[in-house]
Amino acid sequence: MLNKKDLLGIKELSVEEINLILDTAAGFKDVIGRDIKKVPTLRGKTAVNLFFEPSTRTRTSFELAAKRLSTDVINFSVPTSSVVKGESLIDTALTVQALGADFIIIRHSSSGVPHLLAKKLVASVINAGDGTNEHPTQALLDAFTIKEKKGKIERLKIAIVGDIIHSRVAKSNIYSLIKLGAMVRLIGPPTLIPKEIEGIGVKVFHDMNVGLKDVDVVMMLRIQMERQGKGFFPSTEEYSKNWGLTPERLSLAKGDVIVMHPGPMNRGIEITSEIADGPQSVILEQVTNGIAVRMAVMYLLSGVKR
Amino acid sequence: MNIIIKNGHIVDPSQKIDGIGDVVIEDGKIKEVISHKSKVKSQQKNPPSPPFTKGGQRGIKDPDLRTINAEGLIVVPGLIDMHAHLREPGFEYKETIKTGTAAAVRGGFTTVCCMPNTYPVNDNASVTEFIIRKAAREGLCTVYPIGAITKGQKGEELAEMGAMRNEGCIAFSDDGYPVMNSLMMRRALEYSKSFGVPIISHCEDLTLSEGGVMNEGLLSVTLGLKGIPAEAEKIIVFRDIMLSELTGGKLHVAHVSTEGSVELIRDAKKRGTPVTAETCPHYFSLTEDAVREYDTNAKVNPPLRTKRDIDAVKEGLQDGTIDVIATDHAPHHRDEKLKEFDLAPSGISGLDTALSLSIRLVEEGVLTMSQLIEKMALNPSRILGLPLYGLKGMLRPGADADITIIDMKKEIRIEASKFVSKGKNTPFDGWMLKGIPVVTISRGRIYEWQ
Repeated sequence: MLNKKDLLGIKELSVEEINLILDTAAGFKDVIGRDIKKVPTLRGKTAVNLFFEPSTRTRTSFELAAKRLSTDVINFSVPTSSVVKGESLIDTALTVQALGADFIIIRHSSSGVPHLLAKKLVASVINAGDGTNEHPTQALLDAFTIKEKKGKIERLKIAIVGDIIHSRVAKSNIYSLIKLGAMVRLIGPPTLIPKEIEGIGVKVFHDMNVGLKDVDVVMMLRIQMERQGKGFFPSTEEYSKNWGLTPERLSLAKGDVIVMHPGPMNRGIEITSEIADGPQSVILEQVTNGIAVRMAVMYLLSGVKR
Repeated sequence: MNIIIKNGHIVDPSQKIDGIGDVVIEDGKIKEVISHKSKVKSQQKNPPSPPFTKGGQRGIKDPDLRTINAEGLIVVPGLIDMHAHLREPGFEYKETIKTGTAAAVRGGFTTVCCMPNTYPVNDNASVTEFIIRKAAREGLCTVYPIGAITKGQKGEELAEMGAMRNEGCIAFSDDGYPVMNSLMMRRALEYSKSFGVPIISHCEDLTLSEGGVMNEGLLSVTLGLKGIPAEAEKIIVFRDIMLSELTGGKLHVAHVSTEGSVELIRDAKKRGTPVTAETCPHYFSLTEDAVREYDTNAKVNPPLRTKRDIDAVKEGLQDGTIDVIATDHAPHHRDEKLKEFDLAPSGISGLDTALSLSIRLVEEGVLTMSQLIEKMALNPSRILGLPLYGLKGMLRPGADADITIIDMKKEIRIEASKFVSKGKNTPFDGWMLKGIPVVTISRGRIYEWQ
């Protein structure tokens, strides 16, 4: 069991805690691979998906994870809720808790919202993505997938490519992969990689052909079209030409390289279809592993007495 | 009422007094300061009157005479805060002139200059008049309004500075918003020369700071919060110095937070530019680290910076580059601060704590007590030309009887919930500090605490 109430970010986890989650997830992966995919582990508990940003895959993944643990799950979708009537974040969260939620799974466009709620609530707060801060369960499922494919994470060369500055997926992955002993490289235009970030212990490359050399894992990030208008890059075409993942570029990596993407993908922009659908892609396995990892997180957080 | 403050350690930089003595107050004005050591009297010339007009000679029983024993305490001119937000009119749920001046007096301030970002904005004489009247009726200390530079603080058209000046505005500022248009800022610096008043500039390049909520650096990256680079401040500090040199207009740089700004102002002063500058206690007491837990009480604009910036600000205070310590008192309602970090308003409620935090500079040896009082009383008075309305910031005979008595040995624990201000938004909750005002005399009225 984790000796904490909330999962706020990878920053807040120790290496031991990360490994505990990954090991526990392995057990749950067996469960969801069975014919009968459900265990009674958390029967009688209630989880609420409190999503202030649109999401399908993460919300569905949490919903399935809860259901596989026999936990009741409710989706509190914001456009139809009282939030549009001007209710404050805290009041919304307290209301959800008063309805009986044991787990509040929160996604919000402002960084730090899970931290604020964790202080105010007795329920377990699970961060499903906050602003440009963290998306810890994505990083955990990515680590799980890498470990499954490569047998280890330590000393692997892992490149994360794309919009680092705005990506909570990248942030969480950087923290977790560094903690687990990988050598992390960031690749992208300088406008999307903050110059201070090397202070965390990563190497920055702006030339993809140099950055991809001999890597074991390539993690592509979704490029958001609206960044174009803000002057981060001139056009998606130019972005794609310089930082899109093509078979030629991928050939610079190790022969047994695996390619990951948190989804949803922009085919033809940051990743070509040949790669996305090719033998090196583990993108769909990431999705499956997400359920096991999220089951592990909910299970491990349920041990703290409230 | 007449008052005599006996045996206190008097610090008055305007007369270079720094020693034991008595202060005599008569009819709301300083009558004389008697220095014990030199036995030199600083007294009004002609006519040589007895110390008190009512009740006879000193030493004889005077029912109207109040004696304050200040032995072991520091007696200084009442502090002047040249940068505060009193929120009235329009935001009385955050603060009022009454509660804001009560906090001021508790914090040792006897004069507060209030910024124009009220609702309606203080950009015309009728709002100025309202503030002055309200302060006269309900205020516990002197209030001088600062008028807006531009109508509605929109940066587009000059506000009627002359009319506001006539009603009592002592400076002009669009605080909270910079005047982004350089031509408009040039005009403001030019036009303000008609009245000899300073333009107080909130230096922030809005195109660089857009969406920013904290200092830009490794910490903003790791917290996923949008950063405001130090350059957003420096660029406008430099622009305004250039415009001040171009026009000869008096420029006062508000809330200096970066090393680079200190350097720019230092160089400008060497060239003889008519520029002055202020900083606030939080810019020499806290680094950006205070927002690490997404504490919205540490969200302030300009944002808290780095250790390097703190050191530079202290150096600037020490060598006189920074003339003033102001509070930028920005009270907010708790519901507003109990929000997403991105959405919470910027600002720290500062009047209750400013003096105690600044006394740390004396303890650290950055400033002498006399220099501290220069920064918190004399210099604001000079920059704002307060002698125009009544001598402030000094204990000279004839000056308003604004006096603060400080117990330098008294240890206090800052408790936000006990602030006199309505705004409990402080990142200093729980801090242990030494030195606190125990008596504040505002125009002859005595406020005292245990």
